[in-house]
Amino acid sequence: MKAGQYFRCLWGIFLREGLRFLHQRERFFGALVRPLVWLFIFAAGFRSVLGVSIIPPYETYILYEEYIVPGLAAMILLFSGMQSSLSMVYDREMGSMRMLMVSPFPRWYLLLCKLTAGTLVAIAQVYVFLGIAWFWDVQPPLMGYLLAFPALLLSGLMMGALGLLLSSAIKQLENFAGVMNFVIFPMFFASSALYPLWRIKDSSLFLYEICRFNPFTHAVELIRFSLYGQIGWTAFFVVVGSLLLFLAGALYGYDPARGLMSRKQGGG
Amino acid sequence: MSEAALRLSDVSFSYTKRQVLDEVSFTLNPGEFCVLLGVNGAGKTTLFSLITRLFISGGGSIDIYGYDLKRQSRKALAQLGVVFQQPTLDLDLSLTQNLHYHCALQGINPNKIGDRIEMAMEEVGLADRMADRVRALSGGQRRRVELVRALLHQPRLLLADEPTVGLDIHSRQAILKQVRERCQQDGIGVLWATHLVDEVEPEDQVVILHDGKVLASDKANQIMQQTETDSVKQAFNQLTGSDSA
Repeated sequence: MKAGQYFRCLWGIFLREGLRFLHQRERFFGALVRPLVWLFIFAAGFRSVLGVSIIPPYETYILYEEYIVPGLAAMILLFSGMQSSLSMVYDREMGSMRMLMVSPFPRWYLLLCKLTAGTLVAIAQVYVFLGIAWFWDVQPPLMGYLLAFPALLLSGLMMGALGLLLSSAIKQLENFAGVMNFVIFPMFFASSALYPLWRIKDSSLFLYEICRFNPFTHAVELIRFSLYGQIGWTAFFVVVGSLLLFLAGALYGYDPARGLMSRKQGGG
Repeated sequence: MSEAALRLSDVSFSYTKRQVLDEVSFTLNPGEFCVLLGVNGAGKTTLFSLITRLFISGGGSIDIYGYDLKRQSRKALAQLGVVFQQPTLDLDLSLTQNLHYHCALQGINPNKIGDRIEMAMEEVGLADRMADRVRALSGGQRRRVELVRALLHQPRLLLADEPTVGLDIHSRQAILKQVRERCQQDGIGVLWATHLVDEVEPEDQVVILHDGKVLASDKANQIMQQTETDSVKQAFNQLTGSDSA
């Protein structure tokens, strides 16, 4: 296989994911409504209850809406990562995953293409959300939108890789709901998405430690800092490390020789 | 290098405790239409999963045109066209988009084979439906598109796992005819898994798989001769001790 063929494969997978997304408009609105409900309703309600002091990267007092926007952007990536994981399980049960797996390209490359394609689709949703938030007076510096892209890409890949890892371990579609409850909600709530960690530390040191070790917290902080033109180095290394770890697990899971796929299905 | 399109030697596989395939061996030559005959649960789909490298066999070896599937998997897979038992077309994408996606997975530029795509779709009577979503097609039409797709990159070995299940008699006949023609004209090897004995012709190579074991592997008429029966169905029932095919 030549480099041009690799690119063609990558482009084909990107195109397919993009087209699927465009054809499933309800998925797009669903993905957008969730963070908007949090922004318009939850944030407005809690604005007076949850005061936020001046913490980096912010240089002045900010409204609660402004604080939770990076967390909600990360939430879009988290849900999208899990959604594509769900679609992998669905594809596997329905058969279209097999199409991908019998391609003569290396399997790691195919999975990486699929992961990246899913992440780019999720990032497009994040930018639509950030655009709407702009009209809600959450206006980070314009340059921040550009600088946030690598942070969104890394965070999206990390959550997509986690989804991929889960999809390789989930036997049936029916088991997915349980995993969602055990993964998405704890990850989201035990993080700095909705409240700064110092506030959590005030109420529970144990919970604070959990939040600190939660990779989602670091994804949120990476996005938050980048939106304001800064790099959170700790967050960066944790996100990259988690990405590599989840990815290695997912590739192992999809390896027919060793992975979890190989003893899963019966047949005719 | 061996010239066999497909060679299985002592292939075994088990799901945790249950042995599904037990030392399966047979050879399929280029230009040969080989029917893998077995009742549901005989191990046909598992065998297909092994040949397509979705699973790795516990023992034995699989060669595709001389390429060992374990050591030269990408070269081996590049020889394959596959129609899976489950439909694998994307229902929300158009026929063109589905075929282009397949081209991408094979590293082919779809624009360069536009004529081939058009001709193949004309052959199956769907050239005017290229812009339609797959969802709008009937089951038989979808299968025919899957067949076109599987042959688009000009594979040398076609695997078809019960591709006619659930189709009406006309669709079944049309698909079988199409594949047999390609087999004869292009000299590709075809492994056709089915539990429908009426799809077998006397000159076909037949592998009878039962409870994960190969009970017979020969030309259909030879198997009938050996079992002293008048039809493939009778031979199959005699060998498997059942009356289910």
